[in-house]
Amino acid sequence: MVDDSGIQGEATISEQEVRHLAHLARLALTDDEVAHFTGQLGAILHAVSEVARVDRTGVTPMSHAVALANVTRPDLVTASLPVAEVLAAAPAAEDDRFRVPRILGEAP
Amino acid sequence: MSPQAITRAEALTLAAQIAAGELSAREVTEAHLARIAEVDPLVGAFLHVDADGARAQADAVDAQRAAGEPLGPLAGVPLALKDVLVQRGIPTTCGSRILEGWRPPYDATVVTRLRAAGVVILGKANCDEFAMGSSTENSAYHPTRNPWALDRVPGGSSGGSAAAVAAHLAPLAIGTDTGGSIRQPAALTGIVGAKPTYGGVSRYGLVAFASSLDQAGPMARTVADTAALHEVIAGHDPRDATSIPQQWPGLRAAAEAGAAEGLTGMRIGVIAEHDGPGWDAQVRAVTADAIDRLQHLGAEVVTVSVPHVVHALAAYYLIAPSEASSNLARFDGMRYGLRVGGDDDSVAAVMSATRAAGFGPEVKRRIMLGTFALSTGYYEAYYRSAQQVRRLIADDFAAAFTHCDALVGPTSPLPAFPLGERIDDPLAMYLADLATLPASLAGLPAMSVPIGLTPAGAAPALPVGLQIIAAATADATMYRVAGALAADQQQQWGGLLLDRAPSLSGGRP
Amino acid sequence: MTEPVVDYAEVLTRYEPVLGLEVHVELATASKMFCGCATEFGAAPNTQTCPVCLGLPGALPVSNDTALASIVRIGLALNCTIAADSRFARKNYFYPDMPKDFQISQYDEPLCTDGWLDVPVVDPESQTDGVIRVGIERVHMEEDTGKLTHAGSTGRIHDAGYSLVDYNRSGIPLVEIVTRPITATGALAPQVARAYVTQLRDLLRALAVSDVRMEQGSLRCDVNVSLAPIGATAWGTRTETKNVNSLRSVERAVRYEMSRQAARLDAGQSIVQETRHFHEADGTTSAGRSKEQAEDYRYFPEPDLVPIQPDPAWVARLREDLPAAPHLRREQLHAEWGFTAAEMRDVVNAGAVELIAATVAAGTTPAGARKWWLGELARRATQLGVSAADLPITPAAVARIEQLVDAGTLTDTLARQVIEGVLAGEGEPDAVIAARDLQVVGGDGELGVAVDAALAAEPEVVERIRAGKHAAVGVIVGAVMKQTRGRADAARVRALVFERLGVVDEAAG
Ligand SMILES: [Zn+2]
Repeated sequence: MVDDSGIQGEATISEQEVRHLAHLARLALTDDEVAHFTGQLGAILHAVSEVARVDRTGVTPMSHAVALANVTRPDLVTASLPVAEVLAAAPAAEDDRFRVPRILGEAP
Repeated sequence: MSPQAITRAEALTLAAQIAAGELSAREVTEAHLARIAEVDPLVGAFLHVDADGARAQADAVDAQRAAGEPLGPLAGVPLALKDVLVQRGIPTTCGSRILEGWRPPYDATVVTRLRAAGVVILGKANCDEFAMGSSTENSAYHPTRNPWALDRVPGGSSGGSAAAVAAHLAPLAIGTDTGGSIRQPAALTGIVGAKPTYGGVSRYGLVAFASSLDQAGPMARTVADTAALHEVIAGHDPRDATSIPQQWPGLRAAAEAGAAEGLTGMRIGVIAEHDGPGWDAQVRAVTADAIDRLQHLGAEVVTVSVPHVVHALAAYYLIAPSEASSNLARFDGMRYGLRVGGDDDSVAAVMSATRAAGFGPEVKRRIMLGTFALSTGYYEAYYRSAQQVRRLIADDFAAAFTHCDALVGPTSPLPAFPLGERIDDPLAMYLADLATLPASLAGLPAMSVPIGLTPAGAAPALPVGLQIIAAATADATMYRVAGALAADQQQQWGGLLLDRAPSLSGGRP
Repeated sequence: MTEPVVDYAEVLTRYEPVLGLEVHVELATASKMFCGCATEFGAAPNTQTCPVCLGLPGALPVSNDTALASIVRIGLALNCTIAADSRFARKNYFYPDMPKDFQISQYDEPLCTDGWLDVPVVDPESQTDGVIRVGIERVHMEEDTGKLTHAGSTGRIHDAGYSLVDYNRSGIPLVEIVTRPITATGALAPQVARAYVTQLRDLLRALAVSDVRMEQGSLRCDVNVSLAPIGATAWGTRTETKNVNSLRSVERAVRYEMSRQAARLDAGQSIVQETRHFHEADGTTSAGRSKEQAEDYRYFPEPDLVPIQPDPAWVARLREDLPAAPHLRREQLHAEWGFTAAEMRDVVNAGAVELIAATVAAGTTPAGARKWWLGELARRATQLGVSAADLPITPAAVARIEQLVDAGTLTDTLARQVIEGVLAGEGEPDAVIAARDLQVVGGDGELGVAVDAALAAEPEVVERIRAGKHAAVGVIVGAVMKQTRGRADAARVRALVFERLGVVDEAAG
C-alpha cells in the first residue's frame, strides 16, 4: 500500500534490500548482521519516514546552511605534497604509485 | 601557583600569567600532563597524548616571551583536540579502527589558528567513531567516563573533549558538533560548549561526518574562556567554500557586557516544543529555575513556538547519514588506513572486507541508512523530503528571531545516563539529541551553559545545561546571554558548578 | 572473438541510425579544478597531488575560477543557455582511480543547456557541401580521475594481478559535452560523427580552453549508436563505445557498430544496452559492462561547494570576447586569406584553420603559413601518425621560420632542417639554427669569395660558359654549395657567376 507520501505504509525494509545496500556501500555483512540491520533499519525508517507526511508544498529543499554563492579560487599553482608523504600511509605502493588489488569490473 | 591550582585555573588567567612572566608555559603544560597521567586512566578522555610535542610548543611560547616577541591571545594554554581534526604528523583516528595509525600530512585550519595563538595542543580527545553518537561509547578504542559519575557517559560525540575539560585535564578543548556533539556533552559534564554559526569556523581538516552540518567549536569551563577560544578559531578560510567571509571579534566583549549589564532590553524566547511530559522532570525543573534567572537579569521572557522542530530528528537522521554515506566512502583501504585482504582478492572484495572490519556498528548503520535515503526510488520521499523539512525548520527559526533575540531550552532532554544503557537501542540514543538537532539543521549558533544539578537520589546529582540559540551570525548575542547567566551564578554560588564535581585526585574516583 | 557484421551499404537499406556523442575535454588551466596542484602532462607519478586531490580525510574542494569561465565560454560558443543557478553534485561509486569514491560532477543543474553546433559535412557521393546542426543537450563541469596502470603481461584490466594508481590526473577540470540524439543522417552517420568531433575540437582550440590532444587524452569521445528499422517510430537500443581516441576511430566505431547491430537485428537478436570498447587495430568493438545492472549513483547536491550563480554582466563580457562561430570564422578567414575554394577546403580537411590563423597572427603571410602546415608539417604529421596540431611545434615557431625564409636567411632546404630540429626537441628555431649552424651564407661578400674560388679552380668550365654553354654553370654552383655545406642560395650563386663573367643568363626572366 502506498500513501500519498510515496512511502510504503509500513516503511520496512527486506533482507534482500539490506544486502543490496551493503553491496552499494561496499560493506561485507554476515548473515547475522543482515538480520540485525534489517530489524534496526526498519525501525529507524519507520520513525524518520514522517518527513514525507509533513506539508511541504512549494518548499525548496535546503542543501546548505549558508546562503553563499560563487565561491572560487584563482587559477594559481600551489605546492603539491612530496611523493614520500603522498605514499607514506599507503597499504601498498610500487614505482611511486599506489598498489591496489586486481580490478575485476571496469569503471562505470 | 601549585600544579593543582594551575589545572583548576581559567584559561584566560593562565594566559595572563604566562604573558606577565608569572608562570611559564612549560610549567602549565607539565601540570596538565601530570594530571592526565594521574586521572585519565579513570576517565579515558584522550586517545593520544603528545607529551613531547606539547612540551616543545610550550617551550616555544616561553622562548618567544623571553625574546620579547608578542604572544598570541591564548599563548601557553593547553588544549585537548577532538580526534576528528587533523594535526600534521599526529595520529588521527576519528575513534575508528579504519584509520588506526594514520598520521595526516597536513594541519586543519583550526589547528593552524591554534598554533598562531600559541595554544599548546596536549593530544587527541576521544569521540564516538566519526563523531556518530551521543555517548562516546562508539569509540573503537575505549569509552570515556563522565567525571561526575564514572559509571555514566559524558555525552557525545565530543565526550573526550568535554571530559578532559570537566576533569581538569585541559582548560580548553575543541569539539565538533553535527547534531549536538559539542552542546550535549557540555551539558552532561557541566561545562560550556558552543557551536558557532555554520561557516563561522573553517571545516578544512575536520574529517567530515555530515558536511552541511559539521562545525568545530570551543569548549571550556567558563563562558569567557569559551568566547576567547571561539575568537581564536573563527574566521574566513579560503580553503573552505562554505566559510563565511567575515571575522568574529567581540564575542568576549559580548560575554563581558552581559556580565556587567545583565539582559535588560533583551527578549528571550522559550521553545514551547522543548518542554513537556516527555522531558525529564528534574531537567525541566532546573531549566525553569534558569529561565527565572534570565527574567531576574532583566530579560523579557516569552514562550515561542517553533512548530517544525518536532520533525528535526526525522530530518536529521536522513540528511546526516546521507552525507555520511558519501563522505565515508573514501575509507576503502586503497590509500591509507586499514586494508583487509591481499592481491588474490578483487579490489571490490578488499574494499568490502576492509570497511566491514574497520567500521563499528553505528557507522555501518548510518552508512546503510544514508545509502538507502539517496538510492533510486527513495531519494524523493526520504532525502528530498528531509531537505524540505530542514527548510521549514530554518524558516520557523527565522520567524522566531524577528521578535526574539535568543531562544532557550534544555540542551539535553535527560542528564548523563549509565554506560551501556542505550548502546543497543539506536532510536533511544538518537533521542539524546532531540533539543540540539534543530539549530544544527538551521545552521544557527547555539551553546550550552551549566545551570544546576539534578537532585541526588537513586542517581547522583548530575549537571544540567541550558541551550542558548541565536540568529545566524549573531554568535555574540548568545555569548551576551551566557555571560549574564555566568556572572549571576558566580554571585549565587561563589564559584563554578564544576567546583562541586568529584576531584578524581590520587587516581581515585 | 569477432561478431558477424552486415555490409555497410546494406545496413542502410533496412535501418536508420541514431547517434549520440559525449565528449570529455580536459581544460588547460594552470591548476586543478578544486586544488592548487599543477596539471602538467607527463609529470612523475603522484608528484602533482595534495590532500584535496588525494581525497584525504578533512580536505575540501574550492572551485577554480578560470575553469568556470572556460565552461561558460564553451557553453556560449555552443549557443547554450547559461543557467542562472547551477550546482555541483556528488556521483557516488567505488573505484580505485577515484580517491574520494565519489566524483564531483553536475547532475540535474548543469551550467549550460540547450545549444547547438553547425557541422560542415561533405557528401562523398555528390561532393556537395552541407551543414548539419547538431543539438547540444548539456555542457557540465566535473573532475577527472587518477590513472590506472594494470600490472601483468598484457596491461589489460582482466589479466592484471594488481594495478597501480597515479593521482596526478585526479581533479583536473573536465567538461562533458553531450549532444542530443542525432537523427536523419542516413549513410553519412560516420562522417557526421567525425565532422562533429573535428568541429568541436577546432572550436575548443579557437577558444584556447584546452589542448584538445586526443592521443594524450585531453579530448575523449564516447560514441552512442542505435539502429531502428526504416519507418519505425521508436528508436532502437543503444550501445556506448567508450574512449574512442582519434577522429578516424570515431568514424570507424560508428560504422562498425552500425554493421554489427544490423547483423544482430537481422538475425532476430536484440541489442544489449552496454558499454563497448573500440579496438584501434581492427576497427571493431567488444562488449564491456552491461547496463542492465545499472549502477545507482545516488547523486545529491555537493554540500562542500556552494551554488554557481553567474553574474549576467560577466556572462555578457565573456560572450563579447568569444571568437566568431567556426563557420563564420572560416568564411571570414577565407576572405582575408584570399585562398581559392579548393585551397581552403584542403586547409579545413587538414584541420589547419586555427593553426594557420595563429601562424598569420604571429607575423607571416597566409600563403607562407599554408605552405608549411599543408606541406612539410603535414608530411611529418602523417609520418608520426598524429594530426598536425599535435606536432610539438608552435605556430609562432612556424611563423619565425617562414620569416627567415622570406628574408633569405634560410632556404627551404635549411628551413626543413630547422623544423626537424624543433620537432626533435632541440628548442625554438633560432636556437636550432645556432646549434646546427644553418644560416644561409649571406652577403655577396662571403658568397662572392666562394664563387671566385670555384671559378679559379675550374678554368675550363669558365671557358665553356663564356662559349655559351650555360648549363655548365651547374658545376660551379655545386662546388659553391659543397664549400658552404649547403647553406648558400643556389639561385643567388648562379646569378653571381654570370655577373662575375659578364654573361647574360639566358634562363633568367
Ligand atoms: Zn591537489
